[in-house]
Amino acid sequence: MRPPLAPVPLRVRACRQETAEAVTLVLAAGEERTGFGQPGQFNMLAPLGIGEAAISLSGPPTSPDLEHTVRSVGAVSEALRRMRPGDWVGVRGPYGFGWPIDLARGQDVVLVAGGIGLAPLRPAIEMVLDERAAFGRVLLLYGARTPADRLFLADLERWRSRPDVDVAVSVDYAEPGWQGRVGFVTAMLPQLRVDPARTVAFACGPEVMMRAVATALQARGIRKSAIFLSMERNMKCGVGTCGHCQFGPYLVCRDGPVFAYDRLADLLPVREI
Amino acid sequence: MKTIDQLAAEHGFFEGLPDAVTALVAGCGSNVAVPAGDYVLREGAPADRFFLIRHGSVALEFYRPGSGPQTFMTLGAGDVLGVSWLVEPYVWHHDGRAVEPLRAVAFDAQCLRAKCDAEPAIGYALMRRFVPALVDRMHAARLQALDVYGAPT
Repeated sequence: MRPPLAPVPLRVRACRQETAEAVTLVLAAGEERTGFGQPGQFNMLAPLGIGEAAISLSGPPTSPDLEHTVRSVGAVSEALRRMRPGDWVGVRGPYGFGWPIDLARGQDVVLVAGGIGLAPLRPAIEMVLDERAAFGRVLLLYGARTPADRLFLADLERWRSRPDVDVAVSVDYAEPGWQGRVGFVTAMLPQLRVDPARTVAFACGPEVMMRAVATALQARGIRKSAIFLSMERNMKCGVGTCGHCQFGPYLVCRDGPVFAYDRLADLLPVREI
Repeated sequence: MKTIDQLAAEHGFFEGLPDAVTALVAGCGSNVAVPAGDYVLREGAPADRFFLIRHGSVALEFYRPGSGPQTFMTLGAGDVLGVSWLVEPYVWHHDGRAVEPLRAVAFDAQCLRAKCDAEPAIGYALMRRFVPALVDRMHAARLQALDVYGAPT
């Protein structure tokens, strides 16, 4: 077992440009793959000499490679975005608690993603689809800024082509000619036809979006304890030591990043934390 | 073939409405089908109906001179289309174009307003469905305007 803070250098096998700002790094993990986590967990990625950033797993858990999808928002993520095949990146992890997929077995599953938030949900979707018969209805609602900002287009088409998955994609802004939906992702929730008593929901995206999604899901009768949000905070150590990612009584890296909404509902509206 | 009462009762928007109220409201309803590409609403035209969408989708649009139609929201099966029939001067404030072939139940506004005036309980029951839908849409529009998926600044 690796020491928890020791990065492992992994080679970038491929870079997939997802959008103008987002790229998926495919890392050749080899025999290290199983040690790097489950859907919803994250690794600390370190472009050598630049720094570290917490990035959720975005690839299927069954893949022999490790996939992380990065959008450039700062120096470290920009360095990751600029990586090319053959480069090396330091990886340590996995950290945190991921999506409680076992809890969703036998229930309807609603996945709500916004923007880059589809990346941490992607492995959860694949895991659910790998064992499709173990779940009830499966619905994916995905909101993106524009059609050009949609991630994983091939996956979206593949998921949409399945008769046993409902996929709805909506964009906030569209040019003339776009035939898909326009509107914020929450505008699709009133059409949700699930049995709220036997539904588990996973949501990931900007916090303001997740607050709205959680409130709307709760209004439709889904229990707070069955709604799970993936929180994002500035994580430094990843192991609950430094305190950078403190959120009220929690450390997001150690206690999350995926939390049941009943643990967050009273904290999310408090801007001081 | 299902009756308007049945179609209305099955639609999520009327979920929980007492049967007697549904029956009264359904008396103002009729089935409509609109081909893809046709306009269901036209800005400035009388808002003389509202629709419960059963199949298909409708793009709500503003026409911008020089840019053409700009979609700001899309509605689909399970949604209600049209709220301007509730508010004077009862005209549509935007266009509505069927993106896919549309099947809906259309309710005559004059007929409904007359029933609501005569029986305020019907109006109250309808308001209890329209107001949450409006609040949901207003909240969604605010978040849409905030551009929350953009890079943090």
